Amino acid sequence: MHLLIEQVLNGLQYGVTLFLLAAGLTLIFGIMGVVNLAHGSIYMFGAFVGATLAARTGSFPLAVFGGALAAALLGIAIEFTIIRRLYARDHLDQVLVTFGLILCIEEAAAWIWGRTPLFAQIPAGLSGSLHFFDFTYPVYRLVVIGFGLASALGLYLLISRTRIGMLIRAGATNRELLGALGVNIALLYTLVFGLGAFLSGLAGAAIAPLAAVQTSMGEQILIVTFVVVVVGGLGSIRGAFIAAMLVAMLDTLARGYIPLALKGVFSASVADSLGAGLASITIYLFMALVLIRKPQGLFPLEQR
Amino acid sequence: MNNAERTAGRRSRRSVVAAMSVLLFIAVPAAAALFGDPFAVSIATQIVIYALAAVSLDLILGYGGMVSFGHAAYFGIGAYAVAIAAAAGIDQALITWPLAIASAALLGLGIGALSVRTSGIFFIMITLAFAQMVFYLIIGLKTFGGDDGLSMTARNVLPFVDLRNPTLYYYVCLIALLAYTYLCARIVDSRFGMVLRGTRKNERRLVALGYQVYRYKLVAFVISAAGAGLAGALFANNARIASPDLASWPTSGNVMMMVILGGVGTLFGPMFGAAAFVGLQTWLAGLTEHWALPLGMFVIAVVLFANRGLFGVIAGRDE
Repeated sequence: MHLLIEQVLNGLQYGVTLFLLAAGLTLIFGIMGVVNLAHGSIYMFGAFVGATLAARTGSFPLAVFGGALAAALLGIAIEFTIIRRLYARDHLDQVLVTFGLILCIEEAAAWIWGRTPLFAQIPAGLSGSLHFFDFTYPVYRLVVIGFGLASALGLYLLISRTRIGMLIRAGATNRELLGALGVNIALLYTLVFGLGAFLSGLAGAAIAPLAAVQTSMGEQILIVTFVVVVVGGLGSIRGAFIAAMLVAMLDTLARGYIPLALKGVFSASVADSLGAGLASITIYLFMALVLIRKPQGLFPLEQR
Repeated sequence: MNNAERTAGRRSRRSVVAAMSVLLFIAVPAAAALFGDPFAVSIATQIVIYALAAVSLDLILGYGGMVSFGHAAYFGIGAYAVAIAAAAGIDQALITWPLAIASAALLGLGIGALSVRTSGIFFIMITLAFAQMVFYLIIGLKTFGGDDGLSMTARNVLPFVDLRNPTLYYYVCLIALLAYTYLCARIVDSRFGMVLRGTRKNERRLVALGYQVYRYKLVAFVISAAGAGLAGALFANNARIASPDLASWPTSGNVMMMVILGGVGTLFGPMFGAAAFVGLQTWLAGLTEHWALPLGMFVIAVVLFANRGLFGVIAGRDE
């Protein structure tokens, strides 16, 4: 029972992280029509800046918002110089250019911060564990869950209640008409890209104390984020949220229970490695099944 | 010059460039011996092997409009088929290489059957997802080396040809590349190829004409996977190891980059692309530890500003 609660909480924490990444990616795709492989690298950049700020200043809020802000600035700079030229191109060109961007950003990060992983301290005061009867859970992970859910709520309010949000939704539905109505589409695109980068930087900086901050961390999470976006339906934030939770739970539970189940059949070492392999496959299998049943994902955006 | 003459002129220019490039490939070992640089043959072998993978991707990407982002899976399966056979004591190339081709084709049949129905971004993502499954399965199977990969004690054995000789091995790889490219060229010009090219331009119209588009695309997908599998087998023999990163998604990206760099839908272009990509990578790695930075910038610049690819720039584009 304890294992299950712990797995569910871990899944929740992974889920909110995935959502922060997927929300930006799905907005960028849904509104701008751009496949952005470099999204994971922006997340990695946010984590590095966050970890560095945390080490220099010791202030947790400063680290998280500094990381997110740096990521947003990087995103806006990339949009302004490179992504902007890709709107009229096909997906193949977008995939390749952003693939090149991954190489550049990762290598630049390796240049600045080196190749050895950085370990950020869990902020003082949040480093303890919560005890509930005989069940213990690290406080910081709970903080990340709460922070992620709060960010999701904030994004929801931004999209559904503000003028900017209205323009973003309008852009996702019919961008030609929006342009014809006199809205500055180029500015809106830059803003959306910056917002997406901000969210992934936020995720990176918040997760930094829990993970080894290294240049390959963006690559690892990028593909999972794409699974979330595709399962949820391209362009749908609600879909991204539900898919992020589904994918994260599935992945965490599979990792927890498949090796355990295999131990009944195989020896411990075989069960561990084969179980890890099978557990890693679960989410891709899930995505393939979803796409075969619903080729547009679970919550497809209605485009006109 | 009227239009037909111009097209004929462009055709002949393309043939000349293609023939020249074949001669260049043939001349590599001689040139390497002349300049006393044995390392060149080993790099050229790598180029030829990647070129084979790139040509196979070009068949479906350039002619069928299928942007497969999972070609590393077939490359990896081909490599592992050879390495696993070697571990089981089977080292006859005439057995293991067809085995590698067959495994990759079979995998391609399974993945293709599920994914060629989709198109656009969904096709990109579903092929990527399947390739990731293969990648994680390979890592999970500790019997076959897991993360470390599976090494081979020696190259496969071919009757009458000593594959341990680097120059002979280079020529064997080159023959495989040219044979596969010839096969693809014949396919593209055949009635089958016409239908395949038609699906890229206007799939709906072909469906309306009564073609079973799905079958055509699937067959092309399998032929492409088989080519990548052969490339993987040659790679494993060359490096004497099959490692999981052969099946990782950055490998798919690299091969795709070679196709774009050389020119989509030209078959010969991807050979230039592979040469340029591997050559640039080797050269930059010799200059700086941070070679990925200039390589990434180069990739971005090529896609943004030289969309026709190297072959298009040199030989002109076939409209």
